[in-house]
Amino acid sequence: MQPGCLRLMLTALALGAMAIPAHAATVQIVIENLVYSPAETSAKVGDTIEWVNKDVLAHTATARNGDFDVMTPPKKTVTSVLKKAGTVEYYCRFHPNMKATLKIEP
Amino acid sequence: MFVRFGAAIAAITLMSGAAFAQGKLTDPQIAHIAYTAGTIDIAAAKQAITKASNKDVKAFAEDMARDHEAVNKQALDLVKKLKVTPQDNDTSKALSKQAADKLAELGKLSGAAYDKAYIANEVAYHKTVNGALEKQLIPSASNAELKGLLQTGLKIFQGHEQHAEHVAAELK
Repeated sequence: MQPGCLRLMLTALALGAMAIPAHAATVQIVIENLVYSPAETSAKVGDTIEWVNKDVLAHTATARNGDFDVMTPPKKTVTSVLKKAGTVEYYCRFHPNMKATLKIEP
Repeated sequence: MFVRFGAAIAAITLMSGAAFAQGKLTDPQIAHIAYTAGTIDIAAAKQAITKASNKDVKAFAEDMARDHEAVNKQALDLVKKLKVTPQDNDTSKALSKQAADKLAELGKLSGAAYDKAYIANEVAYHKTVNGALEKQLIPSASNAELKGLLQTGLKIFQGHEQHAEHVAAELK
């Protein structure tokens, strides 16, 4: 193997490690029958939320404070990365009777 | 005693909308009423999509068409699975008649007046249907799956009622 090639591989590895911080986790929130489960979720900045919509209806997860607004099409899973810390109450814009809380630690 | 009872009945009838003033319903009738209630709101939404000028009203109408079409599809799948043939009845007929009149009335309006009237009717209509689901259709349903679908429907339509109230409040 060429020394240059090895250096390239090491660089790629280092970059890869940088792109995925060791602490980032994936947290799942399921939407079924117009209910977000769990009703209260704890996560950290940098974590990915996996929104699993099991309903035949489109929903959203919309932060009351405007921090995020995620569209979850029917029977689809979408992901979003948490960018700001705080306790955020979110709801569905289409069905405002759907509500839950996300506690995002720094 | 009888007078008070009669007055109470009259009050309930008024509250829940004239179309829903009748006794025990069968599952095929309930399925027909629920499906009819959905198609009525889809027709109103389709009119609003072409006529509404306010973008939130138009978006609301698109949400209504999408949700009620999805729920009605589920209802059709369920009656097919249960081998139930929805049965036309006086409540469905009264609902359709009222809705046709309302659609014609709204059709004569335009601009902001139309937007306001459509949203006000959506609030009132969802209130009536939700009241009927809660007090009459859900308690009368015998099949557990039909009852379950109606209960989910109620949650969806309560969401629509709140959403409509938001949009109506923004218009003022």
